[in-house]
Amino acid sequence: MVKRWVVIVTILLTGFSLWKLYPGWFKGDFSAGMKPALNLGLDLQGGTYLKYEVETDQIPKDENGKPKVDPREALDRALEIIRNRVDSMGLKEPLIQREGDKYVVVQLPGDKDPERTQSVIGSTAQLAFKLVSDRYKSLDYVDAEGNTRAKLPEGIELLRDRKTREPMLVESRTLMTGDMLAKAMVDFNSSQFGQPVIAFELTKDGEGLFAAITEENVQRRLAIVLDGVVQSAPVIKSRIGGGRGVIEGSFTVEEAKDLALVLRSGALPAPLKVVNKYVVGPTLGADTIRAGLMAALLGTLAVLVYIAFYYRLSGAIADVALVFNLVFLLGALAAFGATLTLPGIAGIVLTMGMSVDSNVIIFERIREELKLGKTVRAAIDAGYEHAFWTIFDSHVTSLITALVLFQFGTGPIKGFAVTLSLGVSISMFTALFVSKAIFDARRASDTLSI
Amino acid sequence: MFSLIPNKTNFDFVGKRYIGFAVSGALVALGLYAIVLLSLGKAKLGVDFGGGANLTLSLKQPAEVLALRQALGADFAQADIQKVEGGNQFLLRVPVANGESTDALGASAKASVAKGLPGNEVTEVGVEYVGPAVSKQLWQQAIWAMAVSLLGIMLYIAFRFDSRFGVGALVATLHDVLAVLGIMVVFGHEFSLLVVTALLTLAGYSLTDTVVVFDRIRENLKARRTEPMEKVVNDSINETLSRTINTSMTFLITVVVLYFWVHVVRDMALALILGVIVGTYSSIFVASPVVVEWNLRSPAKR
Repeated sequence: MVKRWVVIVTILLTGFSLWKLYPGWFKGDFSAGMKPALNLGLDLQGGTYLKYEVETDQIPKDENGKPKVDPREALDRALEIIRNRVDSMGLKEPLIQREGDKYVVVQLPGDKDPERTQSVIGSTAQLAFKLVSDRYKSLDYVDAEGNTRAKLPEGIELLRDRKTREPMLVESRTLMTGDMLAKAMVDFNSSQFGQPVIAFELTKDGEGLFAAITEENVQRRLAIVLDGVVQSAPVIKSRIGGGRGVIEGSFTVEEAKDLALVLRSGALPAPLKVVNKYVVGPTLGADTIRAGLMAALLGTLAVLVYIAFYYRLSGAIADVALVFNLVFLLGALAAFGATLTLPGIAGIVLTMGMSVDSNVIIFERIREELKLGKTVRAAIDAGYEHAFWTIFDSHVTSLITALVLFQFGTGPIKGFAVTLSLGVSISMFTALFVSKAIFDARRASDTLSI
Repeated sequence: MFSLIPNKTNFDFVGKRYIGFAVSGALVALGLYAIVLLSLGKAKLGVDFGGGANLTLSLKQPAEVLALRQALGADFAQADIQKVEGGNQFLLRVPVANGESTDALGASAKASVAKGLPGNEVTEVGVEYVGPAVSKQLWQQAIWAMAVSLLGIMLYIAFRFDSRFGVGALVATLHDVLAVLGIMVVFGHEFSLLVVTALLTLAGYSLTDTVVVFDRIRENLKARRTEPMEKVVNDSINETLSRTINTSMTFLITVVVLYFWVHVVRDMALALILGVIVGTYSSIFVASPVVVEWNLRSPAKR
């Protein structure tokens, strides 16, 4: 009996994979031809090259006029923060490097929205909580056009509101900085028609500090300043314990998301300046790419031929299962938005090689069962049954590796982990169930070509 | 029925295990030596790990990446070359050998282009040292990940089989990774991100192989309770020889194709070829003998 669920799952997975790989086909657009909708890495298609200068002379200074962060350390920290931001934007397989004493080079494969990427990477994200002055009025110092009327008093600075651009006089003293933030995420304001806001949670230290600040300054306005711009300045109604708050600022959802992201990743120790910006070609020449694809194809073909030669008809059945395996794997990679690089392609070919293993294990077992004198039917069933746990155990061990690498690894290691875990899970299904279904579909016969 | 391996083999693998232990000891020593070289900074590192230099070359005439690569020759064989769209500018990432100055690097690129691309010349060279793309932090995370996953696998196998097998699998996997690392580093192949990926793959691969042999030992131990364990283990290895060799063959075919076709991933393919060979060897000569050896010293209930 062919198991019905195997047939249904196979049909669904095939449809899903084709839909993800060739979305155009399903809308009647065949212009993409056989070119699958997979993201390609820097090595295969190039991307955007951004060279940033870390402006170390603008690192905030302490009372003695010394920079608060050592310039070398500032560069290292900027590098890690940029990496975090790029990773959390979901841009895969970037290249991020320190260059010289003050530059950071970022390369992003086939970047679709360079403006947004740049603003997220380049945002200094220095968050400060300051009190709005209740002694001075801004109109005494600047007129509506922004022209200065009088020198600002000691300890007061002029900032502008993000929404209205209105000038606002704020006490220079920073009461609290973004260092105290433990979490930042997008939330929707329930009172104001579901406007996106940024909800934040403070660290333990921040919680106490925030409670003290709000207790001492009831009825005053607290300005939430990001990179020198007032995001909002609510009136403190009462002491706020619990260390939670929101930043309002009539953001769009996307702006709020990006802002939460940069706040989470922490402030850059110094501002960044774009020095160079290029569109660059692939690191591998067209000929190398062609050779790589050729090798992938040949490798796969060689395995298919070898198995069909060694195990005859049974081998051919395994080959069919392998082709399903490949289609499902590519479909899953497209669905996950994974970025394909040349090592990634090598990884796919290797997963294929590994999944052949499962079939070899099953067939060798069937051969043994046949030698024991079992009938074809019984030998096939026994072969699959006995091989099941062998294959299960060996796949679970690979899966453990892949999942741990995914959890701890970053960058290229993570990409490899995704391919490996998808490959392992899919190959377990195709080797154990799809090939068995094909065997089952053949009418009971007394001979087996294996 | 076509078969590479004779139907019934009866090699005395377990009896000859001390030969295996000697060979493996040497391989592990090589691996440890490689780790010492790596931590002393004496190994050849790829740009991703060791950093290097970024060169910006502006050419007088347009050129193709391939032509430029050929003109630059062997000194720049490990370079990543990218063309900047809309200009005759190229970006190069190259590893820098100890003591090599950036000026010399720029001059050498200039000279090579003048010689290799007649009628073209480098009008401007910019050279900057670059730090590694894989920071220390990423590196430490990767090592942690490796350690945690090995522990997880050992626990899983100990749970599915028993603790002797868990330790056997762990020893065999560590052995394989160290052996391949040792051969690659000591023989002067560049230690790059690709090679690390290969090491991870082969760790997974070698485990699969080991589990297959273990599975048969487990099955036979249940059925043949009265026989000495060495005999049961040895028979199990012989019985699974055909599939051990055959699974390795299919894998080997793919990597050999990679090795000969794609020069850029040659080191990775070489690491994998070594990995398949060492991995197959270790399932037979390391993993199972460790189980036997342990059992001889503190026999467990079966």
